[in-house]
Formats: sequence, structure tokens, C-alpha cells
Amino acid sequence: MVLSPLRLVRTWAFRVVALYALLFLISVAVLLGFIYVTTVGFIDRQINATIIAEINGLSDRYREQGLSGLTEAIAERISQDRVGDAIYLLTDSEYQPVAGNLPGWPTDVERQGRWATFMVTLSDDEDATGYDVRAMSFLLSEGYHLLVGRNLREREGFEQLIEESLVWSVLVTVLLGMFGGFVMSGDMRRRLDAINRTTGRIMQGDLHERVPLSGSGDEFDRLSANLNAMLVQIDRLMVGMREVSDNIAHDLRSPLNRLKSRLEVTLISHGSADQYRAALEQTVEETNQIIATFNALLSIAQAEAGSGRDHLAPLDFADLARDAAELYEAVAEARDQRLVAEVVGSAPVRGNRQLLFQALANLLDNATKYSPAGGSIRLTVAIDGPQVVCTVADSGPGIPLADRERVVQRFVRLERSRTTPGNGLGLSLVTAVMTLHGGQLSLGDAAPGLVATLALPLAREPQEISARSAA
Amino acid sequence: MSALATLDPPPAVLMRILVIEDDADAASYLVKGLKETGYVVDHARDGREGMVQAMTDGYDAMIVDRMLPFADGLKIVQAMRAAGIKTPVLFLSALGQVDDRVKGLKAGGDDYLVKPYAFSELLARLEAMLRRGAGPQVETKLRVSDMVMDLLGRTVTRAGKDIDLQPREFQLLEYLMRNAGHVVTRTMLLEHVWDYHFDPQTNVIDVHISRLRQKIDKGFEPPLLHTVRGSGYCLRGPDPAGAPQAG
Repeated sequence: MVLSPLRLVRTWAFRVVALYALLFLISVAVLLGFIYVTTVGFIDRQINATIIAEINGLSDRYREQGLSGLTEAIAERISQDRVGDAIYLLTDSEYQPVAGNLPGWPTDVERQGRWATFMVTLSDDEDATGYDVRAMSFLLSEGYHLLVGRNLREREGFEQLIEESLVWSVLVTVLLGMFGGFVMSGDMRRRLDAINRTTGRIMQGDLHERVPLSGSGDEFDRLSANLNAMLVQIDRLMVGMREVSDNIAHDLRSPLNRLKSRLEVTLISHGSADQYRAALEQTVEETNQIIATFNALLSIAQAEAGSGRDHLAPLDFADLARDAAELYEAVAEARDQRLVAEVVGSAPVRGNRQLLFQALANLLDNATKYSPAGGSIRLTVAIDGPQVVCTVADSGPGIPLADRERVVQRFVRLERSRTTPGNGLGLSLVTAVMTLHGGQLSLGDAAPGLVATLALPLAREPQEISARSAA
Repeated sequence: MSALATLDPPPAVLMRILVIEDDADAASYLVKGLKETGYVVDHARDGREGMVQAMTDGYDAMIVDRMLPFADGLKIVQAMRAAGIKTPVLFLSALGQVDDRVKGLKAGGDDYLVKPYAFSELLARLEAMLRRGAGPQVETKLRVSDMVMDLLGRTVTRAGKDIDLQPREFQLLEYLMRNAGHVVTRTMLLEHVWDYHFDPQTNVIDVHISRLRQKIDKGFEPPLLHTVRGSGYCLRGPDPAGAPQAG
């Protein structure tokens, strides 16, 4: 893939590579600078030491052998210095040269105390290139001046070397950075492109797409794995939603159809006012059922969305259970059943009173509905470690193990209970309420019958329980 | 609806009701139903109009929708209460959450009804609200026909005979007697006697009523506790005016 320069600059990979190259460049420059400063300092010190040693040697010679000895020594040293590094000049008190290889005494500008740095063109150099020279002057007795120096070719050479290294390292760094950047960004781009392509297809509606994994287990794989897990979750929710809307359509269409047919039939029949009235009353009754179903769906949606989570208040679940038992004891009696309640003295939980009571009512409702005449229903509330455990056991036919997970879904009703009244939302609502409270609903075998168990987290501060006001 | 009209004769003094509701269809049914029941009804179509009319304080009760253009129903009632107007208010709302109910009551509403609702439910609640507003209830004895409830001694007698009631049955009967002659709905009973707002899938209330009926009506004439079809229950003695209705 070829990127235009503008797009290249906008890629994250390019920016990383550029930054990396810049940092590398700075560190090379700092390193070279350090080497330069220390090396040049060392060279300078060495030159200075050599010059001082030479001056000492020559002044000793002058003291021992006089002027002739000194000029002899200077000539000897110049002839021995093949490289032409050494500079010597002996002048009289008027700075007129007496011996040495320097044409004239340095001007005042070039001198700093006894030391001087100046440019010199050596006479024997064919191309007459100038060199920087560092020299030291020394006043001999009888007014003679001695100047000893060394040219700085070595040092200049070293400076040049450092400069060249800097230029080369800049070039190499930039080239390597660009190369590395292309390689790195290419790899990164390929993997990000794979993710982007997949998410793009998902956005177009194909939720079954998954981001490919490289198998290396690196950050990209972890990102892809997380994305895939998220997609699985979204897919599951979408399927759930679709099922719910299908079920709503199905379960509300039949009562609506019945309603419509009755109204239509009533309209075309020439009935009496009483007949019309009866039809209308039946219609109102049926509308109430539809509204109840809608309300149950709404309650489930609200509990599932957790909208009431901020409003959970401390309450005593045991009180709720006693109220529910009292309310449904009459229902059981009317069906010739027995409701036995074993409720612990106090069971503090944090919760929504109405929703928890609705959950209990739904369970007791089912229990009375599915237990036979003469059967018994047991409601228990106990504290088990960190949990409040509530069970509702009936003596009905129970639910086969295979169906237990299914019945808590919305609108699911087992075939044999199609004939009993109900909307198939009772257990879904209980599950949603439990989830909202951080608890759970489990269904088991009461042998015979079904036992529904609610487990809720026990609240820690029982003193906060607000006493229910007597109605 | 007409069963209610025959059961609850129009109040002797005309009651004025203000309905603040922006949904034209819903409002026209509501206004028509209330007028047929015998109320004088004014209708405000939005929050601004409602606010102005509410502030005139000529009404015996108000029915206020929560979601209104220009001003929220909650704001209207808050403003009214701040101005010292104590007219009882029934909130109507499509927001069915318990939190919304609490919010509505906190703002100064007296009752709360979630859409969609049954008109009979609204009427029963409106009447209960008007009765509450009528005067303080400091009676120590309630009487319906030959049945007497002693609120201090917690005893009930009918035709001089003691009737033995469980505490909850006593509360149930007390609520029915306080609203004697008027329809109370099943949800009203659940809310006031049991203090729960929920939708029972089976008619739990019917069972409790029939138990109560066994105790207060069995062996006595005439029956006092009547079922009002499609609405709820009504406790009433034999009416000399004798409005004919199914019991």
C-alpha cells in the first residue's frame, strides 16, 4: 500500500518513528559532543605540556651553552621534526629573528599573556596552507625572546573527524529511521487495517465477523480478543432483543386479534344495549391483560437497565416475606392448599421494596397456580453466611432439568401450562430483579414440585432498617 | 363507567376539576368522562396555560400530566404549593417507575396514576382524594348500616354481634368503611392496606375480600360489601334512594 506524504505524516507509526529518530539523533550528538570536549581538552593539555617541557629544555641549554648552543639546539630540533609540527623562534630584544622556522614574532593581537594562538604558513609547504599554531614565549637573559609552539593539525583533524561522524550519523539515523518506520508502520498498519476492516464490516451489519488473531498474544492480539469478546456479547444481546420483539409480536398479536374480532363482530351484529355492554366490558378486561403484560415487560426492562440501582434502600426482607405470605396464604386457602412460612426474625438487605415484593409475589403466584388442590407451599427465609436465602417450594409437577434455564426467559411457557393464565414473564421479572440486587434466582427439584431459591447479599448495617409504617 | 355514575351520584355541590393534559385525544375522553360523572371540568392544553389556570385556585382538584410542553407538570405543582395553593393533585404519567411516583408525591402531588390507566381507577382515586381534602378524619367510630367499627378498641360489631377480624382484615375493612359508598379499586387496596405498588398476576385481593365478606356479610341481611364489575369494590348500606345496580 502506498501512502501519500500527507497521509504518511498523519499516521501514528510515522510520528512514533520520527520521534524515535529525533531522540536517537540527539543522543548521538550528545555522545559525540562529550567525546569531542574530553578529547580536545586532553590534546590541548598534552600540547601545552610538550611546549613547557621544550621551553624548559631550551632555556637550560641557553644557560649552559649560551646563544650558540641554543641556536644549535633549535636547528637540531627543527631538522629532527620531519612532520613539521614544531615551531621555534629566537629573536633579539627588538624581536628580530635570530633562529627558528617562524618568519616573525606574533603580533600583540594574537598573544594572550605568555601564550599565543595564531595562523602560520610554513615556508616549505608547497600549497601554502595555513595552520593554527599554539605557542609560548619565554624571555631569556640579555633580552632574547624564545617562542616554542606546536601546530594544531592533530586537533583540527580530530575536530573534522567529529564533524564528519556527526554528519554521517545524522544521515544514517534518518535513513535507518525511515526504513525502520516503514517496516514497523507497515506491520502495525496491516494489523490495524485488519481490525478496521472487520469493524467496518460489522458496522455494515454483519455481527458474525471476528477480528483475526496473529497468535502471538501481544497487545494487538489482546485488543482483538477483547473486541471479539465484546462482539460476542453484543451479538448475544441483539439476539436476545430480537427474540423479545418476536415474542412480543407473537404474544400480543393473539389477544389484540381476539379483541379486534370481538369488536368487529359486535359492530355487525344487531345486539341489544346489554349485549354491547357485555362485549365492551370483556374488551376492557382483555385490554387490562394486555396492559399488565406491557407493564411487566417495562418492569423487567427497568430492572435490567439497573435504573433503580441508585435508589436501593435498606429494608428487612423478612418483613416482605411475611407480608407476601400473609397476602398469598388466603390465595392458597381458597385453592385448598396450605402455605407454610418459616421466616427468620430479620433479614436486612439493600433493595427496592416494590420490586422485591413483586418478585416474591410472582414466585408465590406460580406456586399456588401449579400446586394441586390439597398440596402445600413452603416459603422460607434464612440467613446463610453473607446471603439472605429465600426459598419457595410447591408441590406441583416441577420443571424438568432441561427446561429450567429456558423458563426464566421472557414469554417462555411450558407446553402444559399454556392453559393456565399468565404471560410468561413472571420468572423473567424475578431474574431481572435479582440481577438488579446483585442476587440470583435458581430453580431446583423439591421432589415433588419446584423449589425456587432467591439468594440476596446480606446488608451489613441492620440498624438502618426503616420500620415499615403500619398502613 | 355508567355503573359508577349510578353508584356514586353526582356531588351535591358542583366540583370543579382542572385537567392539564397536552394529548388532545386523551384529554377529550378524560373531560367527557368527568363531565358525564357530574364534574365541572376545565382543560389546559400545555404547561403555560396550565400554570396560569392552576394559580387562580378556583378548583377542587387537578389532574396533571407529567410531560407537558413549556412547563413540566412537576414544576406547576411545585409552583402552586409554593404559592400556598393546597388543591389536591393527581399526577398522570407514562413514566411508570417507582422513583417517578416518589418524585411526583414529593413535589406536592397527592396521588399518582400511570398511563395507560382505567378510567374507573382514575375516578375512584379522584373521589378518594376529594374526600381526603374534605375534612380531617378524627372519628373514633365508623358506621355503615348496622356495622360499627371502634377504632380505639379495635373491635367490629354487626347487628350487635362481635365480628372477629385478623389485623389485616381490620385494616381492609377500615379502608372500605372510610370510603363507604364509593368504589375502591384493587390497586388502591394494595397501596393503602398492604402498602405495595405492584401488579398481582392473580386476583389476590379478591380472595381477601371474599374472606372478609364471609365474616361481615354471612348470616346478615342485607349484604354490605359489593363487587363493582371491572372496577373494584364498594361498601355501602341499603340506600333508601335505592339506585338499582348489580351487587
